[in-house]
Amino acid sequence: MLNQKDILSTIEMIEQQHLDIRTVTMGISLLSCCDEDIEKACQKVYDKICRSAQNLVAKAKEIEVEFGIPIVNKRISVTPIALVAAACGDTDYSLFAHALDKAAKTCGVDFIGGYSALVQKGMSDADKRLITSIPKALSETDLVCSSINVGSSKTGINMDAVELMGRIIKQTAEATADREGIGCAKLVVFCNAVEDNPFMAGAFHGVGEPEKVINVGVSGPGVVHHVLKDMKGRPFDEIAETIKKTAFRVTRVGQLVAQEASRRLDTPFGIVDLSLAPTPAVGDSVARILEEMGLETCGTHGTTAALALLNDAVKKGGIMASSSVGGLSGAFIPVSEDEGMIAAANCGTLTIDKLEAMTCVCSVGLDMIAVPGDTSAETISAIIADEAAIGMINTKTTAVRVIPAPGKKVGDTIELGGLLGTAPIMPVHPESSADFIHRGGRIPAPIHSLKN
Amino acid sequence: MNALITVVGNDRVGIIAAICVKLAEYNVNVLDLSQTILHNNFTMIMAVDLSKANKPFAEIAEALRVLGEGMELSIHMQREEIFDAMHTI
Repeated sequence: MLNQKDILSTIEMIEQQHLDIRTVTMGISLLSCCDEDIEKACQKVYDKICRSAQNLVAKAKEIEVEFGIPIVNKRISVTPIALVAAACGDTDYSLFAHALDKAAKTCGVDFIGGYSALVQKGMSDADKRLITSIPKALSETDLVCSSINVGSSKTGINMDAVELMGRIIKQTAEATADREGIGCAKLVVFCNAVEDNPFMAGAFHGVGEPEKVINVGVSGPGVVHHVLKDMKGRPFDEIAETIKKTAFRVTRVGQLVAQEASRRLDTPFGIVDLSLAPTPAVGDSVARILEEMGLETCGTHGTTAALALLNDAVKKGGIMASSSVGGLSGAFIPVSEDEGMIAAANCGTLTIDKLEAMTCVCSVGLDMIAVPGDTSAETISAIIADEAAIGMINTKTTAVRVIPAPGKKVGDTIELGGLLGTAPIMPVHPESSADFIHRGGRIPAPIHSLKN
Repeated sequence: MNALITVVGNDRVGIIAAICVKLAEYNVNVLDLSQTILHNNFTMIMAVDLSKANKPFAEIAEALRVLGEGMELSIHMQREEIFDAMHTI
C-alpha cells in the first residue's frame, strides 16, 4: 500500500492548493472541410467537430470523478481557419467563426481555438480576409479564440502583419466595448507559434498534426508556492530541486489524465504542456511564488532571475514525468489571471517594461494586459514588434494579448469574469512609434551563430 | 478496478462501521485499511476493489461524499493510479 503521507499530500494538493488539470484540448484537423461554397464548408466544419468531439466533455467528466482531479476546461483546437477558408474566395469568413461557436456550444466545451492565420513571412488573400474579419468574428461569438503568427526565428517578422494587428486589436476592443473589450482577451499575436498548444487563446491544430489528438495542460502554482513556504532562507539550488520534484508530481497527473482521455476517446495522445498556469483565485498565483523566493513585490529587481529559475525547474521536473512534452511548457504570467500580478500591477511595481523583460525567460509573453483605451494602434503594433523580436532572436514562443479597454484610463480596472480575471489598466509610453510601424516590410530572420 | 478511500475529520464512534456498511451495499470489497489520529484528526485510508460493484463509480463516490457530510467527515474515493503516478517513478 502507498505511504499514508503521500496519499494525504495528494488530497491536500487538490483540496487546498488548487492542483488541477487546466485543460484537456482535442485538436481536430479541418483540412477535409474545404469547399468553394462557404455555407457547405461551414456545415462540414460544424459536422466534423461535433462528430469528433461529441464525447469529449462527458469523458473528461468521468475522469474528473474517478481520479478526483478537477479538469477546469475542456477545449477544442482546429486547423487555422485561413487555410480551410482559402477555397471560398472573397466572402465573409466570420461565418466560419459562427460555425465554430455553434459546434463548441453543441459539444459543451469552454473554448474553441483556431480562428487563425500563419503569416510570419507573408499574407495570402485568405489570411488578409481572415484577419480583417476578426473584430466581427470575435464580437459576434462567445467561445471562439483567434491567433495570428506574425514572426518566427526562421522567417523574421512580418511587419505589415504587425501593423495590421495593431489596428485589428483596436477594432476588436471597440467592437466589444459594451463588454470591456473582452474580444481582445480571445485574440493573441504570436512569434514562433507552436502547433500543439492546448492553452487559449492561442490553441490551433497545426498542419503537421494528426487527424485528431488529445493535448493536456496542467496547472499548479499553488502547489509550488506551498512547498516553498517551508524553505525560507534556503539557497537557490535547493529551491530549484524542490520545484523540480513538485513539477514532476504535477505533470504525472497530467500524463495520467492525457493517457486516460486518449484511451476513452479513442484519440491519439499528443503532448502534455508543462505549464504553471495561474488562476485569479488566491493561492494559485505565479507572482506569489516569485515573492516567496524573497521579493517584496513581483516586478521589483530580481523578478526576472526568480522567474528564470522557476521556469527552468518546472521544465526539468516535468520532462521526466511525461512521455511527450510540447505546447508552450513554462510558467505563464497573464496579469489579469493572476491575483499576485494584479496586486503588483496595482501598486505600480509591475510595469509593462518589466513584464517584457520577464517574457525573455518564461512562457509565453505579454499576456492579458489591459492598457488605456486611447492607446494608438501603432503603439500596440510596436508592443507586438518588441515581443516578436524577443521570440525571434531567442528562438522561443512569445505572444501579445493586450486589451486597449475602451473608455478606460490608468487607475481603472476591467472585470473580464471567470478565468480571465480582473485587469488593472497599465500605463504605456506616450511617445509615438508611428513612423517606425508605418515602414512595413519584413525584419529579416536573425543569424543563428555568433550568439552574443 | 481498485480505488483508495480517504476519510479525514473529527473522531467519533462508528465511522468505520458506517463506511463499511455503505460499501457492502454497493458490493465493494475492502482490501486494506489503515487508520490513525493525525494532528487531532481522524485519518483513514482504505484500499477497495470495485470490480464487482453494483453501481457506477461516480454514484458510489457521491454516496460516500454525502455520507461524509452527514458525519462531518471529508470522504474521497479516487482510483489508485493517481497516487501511484504522483509518488512513484
